[in-house]
Amino acid sequence: MLTYAVRRLFGAVPTLFVIVTLAFFMMRLAPGGPFDGERMVPAEIEANLLRAYELDRPLLAQYAAYLGGVLTGDLGPSFKYKDFSVGELIRNGLPVSLRIGGIAIVGAALAGATLGSIAALRRNTVLDRALMTGAIAGVAVPTFVVAPFLSLVFGVYLAWLPVAGWGDGQWRHLVLPVVALALPQVAYVARLTRAGLIEILRSDFIRTARAKGLPERAVLFRHALRGALLPVVSYLGPATAGILTGSVVIEQIFGLPGIGRHFVQGALNRDYTLVMGVVVFYGALIILFNLVVDLLYGALDPRVRYD
Amino acid sequence: MRDIRKLMAGAVMALVLGTGALAADQARAETVLRRGNGPDAETLDIHKSTGMPDAYIQMDLYEGLLTPGPDATPQPGVAESWTVSGDDLVYTFTLRDDAKWSDGTPVTAEDFVHSWRRLVDPATAADYARFLWPVANAEAITKGEKPPETLGVRAVDARTLEVTLRAPTPYFLAAQMHPSTYPISKAAHEKFGADHVKPGNLVSNGAYMLAEHVPQSHVKLVKNPHYHGAADVAVDTVFFHATEDIDAEFKRFRAGELDTTYEMPPQQIAWAEENMPDAFRNAPYFGTYVYAFNLNNEPWKSNPELRKALSLAIDRDLLVEKITQGGELPAYGWIPQGTNHYESQSLDYAGMTQDERDQLARELMAEAGYGPDNPLQVEYLSNAGERHRKIAIAIATMWKQKLGVDVDLRTEEWKVFLDTRDKNAYKDLARFGWIGDYNDANSFLDLFRSDIGVQNPADFEDAEYDALLKRAGVEDDLDKRALLMQEAERRLLEAHAIIPIHHYTRPHMAAPHVKGWIGNIMNYHLTRYVSIGE
Amino acid sequence: MEVRSAVAGRSPGADAWRRLRRNRAALTAGAVLAAIAAACLLGPLLHPVPPGEVFWDAIQSPPDIAAGHPFGTDANGRDILARTLHGGRVSLAVGLAATLVSLVIGVAWGSVAGYAGGRVDAVMMRIVDVLYALPFMFFVILLMVFFGRNILLIFVAIGAVAWLDMARIVRGQTLSIKRLPYIEAARAGGLGSAAIIRRHVVPNALGPVVVYATLTVPKVILLESLLSFLGLGVREPATSWGVLIGDGVANMERAPWMLVFPAGFLAATLFCLNFLGDGLRDALDPRDP
Repeated sequence: MLTYAVRRLFGAVPTLFVIVTLAFFMMRLAPGGPFDGERMVPAEIEANLLRAYELDRPLLAQYAAYLGGVLTGDLGPSFKYKDFSVGELIRNGLPVSLRIGGIAIVGAALAGATLGSIAALRRNTVLDRALMTGAIAGVAVPTFVVAPFLSLVFGVYLAWLPVAGWGDGQWRHLVLPVVALALPQVAYVARLTRAGLIEILRSDFIRTARAKGLPERAVLFRHALRGALLPVVSYLGPATAGILTGSVVIEQIFGLPGIGRHFVQGALNRDYTLVMGVVVFYGALIILFNLVVDLLYGALDPRVRYD
Repeated sequence: MRDIRKLMAGAVMALVLGTGALAADQARAETVLRRGNGPDAETLDIHKSTGMPDAYIQMDLYEGLLTPGPDATPQPGVAESWTVSGDDLVYTFTLRDDAKWSDGTPVTAEDFVHSWRRLVDPATAADYARFLWPVANAEAITKGEKPPETLGVRAVDARTLEVTLRAPTPYFLAAQMHPSTYPISKAAHEKFGADHVKPGNLVSNGAYMLAEHVPQSHVKLVKNPHYHGAADVAVDTVFFHATEDIDAEFKRFRAGELDTTYEMPPQQIAWAEENMPDAFRNAPYFGTYVYAFNLNNEPWKSNPELRKALSLAIDRDLLVEKITQGGELPAYGWIPQGTNHYESQSLDYAGMTQDERDQLARELMAEAGYGPDNPLQVEYLSNAGERHRKIAIAIATMWKQKLGVDVDLRTEEWKVFLDTRDKNAYKDLARFGWIGDYNDANSFLDLFRSDIGVQNPADFEDAEYDALLKRAGVEDDLDKRALLMQEAERRLLEAHAIIPIHHYTRPHMAAPHVKGWIGNIMNYHLTRYVSIGE
Repeated sequence: MEVRSAVAGRSPGADAWRRLRRNRAALTAGAVLAAIAAACLLGPLLHPVPPGEVFWDAIQSPPDIAAGHPFGTDANGRDILARTLHGGRVSLAVGLAATLVSLVIGVAWGSVAGYAGGRVDAVMMRIVDVLYALPFMFFVILLMVFFGRNILLIFVAIGAVAWLDMARIVRGQTLSIKRLPYIEAARAGGLGSAAIIRRHVVPNALGPVVVYATLTVPKVILLESLLSFLGLGVREPATSWGVLIGDGVANMERAPWMLVFPAGFLAATLFCLNFLGDGLRDALDPRDP
């Protein structure tokens, strides 16, 4: 298993390389540049700016320099946030995104799995229908409607929780963003768990287990749930990477200093280095989580072998 | 006798008040002001900034030779006095002897020399290097033709700064309020280089010093004990919160999380005016919103009457009353009212009623050969944005309903839009909004000159306009200068190169307990003038 | 297909249809969906107000049936009902277009990779892995920047990057179908690989594909609304539910009708698509009686 993991990690290097290359050239091909503003600046000043950020060099030379930087861990300066390097911006934002995303994903997994299991065990009852309807509703209302609504009701009208801002990361500041971020995930996880559990409960090995006279509780927890969680795990893998790197909408509406907004704002500002930095980082995280998923699969499903 | 009694009474009063104030001082917790500051500040480096959010923070951190007063008029700052030579070319500033950096060292003329050289140095790549171009050799330095040491600025001694201009520049003093001309500490900059703006490194000479800078979250400043006016600074700590989402900002204000806002959602203005009248603030703002014609393209290039027709048909009163709803002033000129030493000009038809304008517009359209059977097709370019979209829809409807013009509303993502507009690659019309950098008509008129190496949105080219401004640039009689510039603005308006839509206002919120928050045309609000009441 | 039906005596398609008809939730969902789609398509006939028309005297006025604005008007004085119906066309078209593109690419890619196996499979799936690791939002934003003018084009492009899951699902299906005896028989009968994929592999993998497609449409519609919220969506004078909801969110307090109606339509559509997808999945599950 260890050799498998190591081999997979080495295999990720060319993948990352392709990602860096694709992102670099796509970004540069987009019209507009990082220093365009409402004011038009004299050509000489623009030339100075391009020179200062080495954007006047041939594209391939810039690409080579960037690759060199990435290899030595230098992601370059941000063009927009001039007081910070890309590395600093990611280091600053990551703890925030990790905290919000981590709580949201763990909460969503627990809540979703519980609700999904209940629905599966009470299949076709009113409870099941209500839970599944709720789950679909969770997916059917966009986050950018839910989030401002929550902050309006709980922040402005009831004044129970802060409207926005990070504070110093006190729990009061975490509640609304975590809830808004977790809601659709709870819904997805619940549906996946329900479907997986229903399928497993019909399978031969559960029937065998029951036939052997194992108590229902043991059948459920020792055998069924493990298998039922497989699709959940494979969904949560990539989803976790996405959620941990932040949600653009949640961060914008709740004014959180995470790294999610960098994907969008960085791309819109043509902050080339910042966007590249978060893209590379995100790519590495996705690859890592896919590996974790595969390893978890092995732990949950004895049929999987690493060759 | 009576005088003595009065004196005694006064002394007792002072004693009572003094001890009272002292007791209050001890009891009082730290005074904090929490400002919504709009989009995240890009940098605290005064030489690399481009946006207003940065400028508001820098105005609290630093102080220039001149400094904005509570109403944004220029007041002596680090310079306690100055003299100007008879030919208006040499300014000699005397610096206050109690001007100090936050590390306790004195602010010297050498600091200014150092900062100004850095601003124009091509290696700094400052957007605002232009701000010092009136100084001798500045432009050549930025263009890499001369070394920064040749800049026409000299430290005669520690407290005397001598500036030599290349030509008389009446707005030179007003420009000293702009953060790009503020000083940075030479010692700190030489020690830390570009990192001199980091918390712990940043040394400032204004009322505040930097405590924290968390990207996308906030900048925290605390009172600078070495500031010469520190005794009058009431607020101990000021937070500049990044509030990119204006709806969220307004909600935070209502929840009491912010004391002031940067702007506010247009759809909340009417409600706030009615329900939070003590907190709602609005004042004219030094800017104009226009539509520019691309004068390189037909039919606009050779048809000023057609341009005028479109301009006439816009019912600006209806637009500001029903659509923008922020108390904006309908614009008939390019330069806003309230400009120093200047009388704003208006389009020739400003005196007509809207019905008369519509009538004239229809006639002009017909003369130009457009009508129901030959409708004019117009493509209008803008960036995405709720406000731009609402205005565009309203104007397109007016043109359609009155003149039968078919408008294709084209929206581009911000940077793509700038790229298209800056290259004058749009077809017919593009939106353009401008906020003056310093209170002088020049800050607006320069934009449409064709002889200074910067394109303008309309690609307006008029030799007479350029000549008038050139003459105004060296005219040291302010009245004569104003006449020349007014003549230039009239030429721009009569050419109908642009359609003025409205002059900006700045609706925002400031809680009733924020005292000293005074509306002004530049929308400057230095925290040192603010106090927190009940 | 023919092999299976010979064994089962009943075609799985008819079987599934029979099961689907018994699922009342799915049927209701289908009916509501059809009604919404019909309203959007025929809307102009029922409510003949042009979606771009500005009513100067009714700027942001609340719902008023007598005044001819049953859903109220927006901040420019335009009729919300007309705009909701008009926006529905765009949203639905966008959802279908992107799903269709992702379906075509995903099915082709997955079935070829799965059927060919070996090195071809390894390389093809490796490409999928690489694309997986690219942040989707980043991709989408650049597409918006490049094709800013045409929303349909953008979603065709989005479909062209959103086929990854589909390809994986189809490949999995193909791997199991490939081993079935009737494929061996077809190959022995001299049928070429392309023909086998087309005639035997793809039709038998369609079940999960259809289910997945019904779940992709709502995802795409949501994505479109997210882009509109970020200011990158459909351009005037066209509109979409996403644009309307984005406007509505900003006016949630002062003009709730601007949010409630378009959001209601969107939620109902997504709701129905999800129910329909679940129903289809249950119906296509051969083990269910």
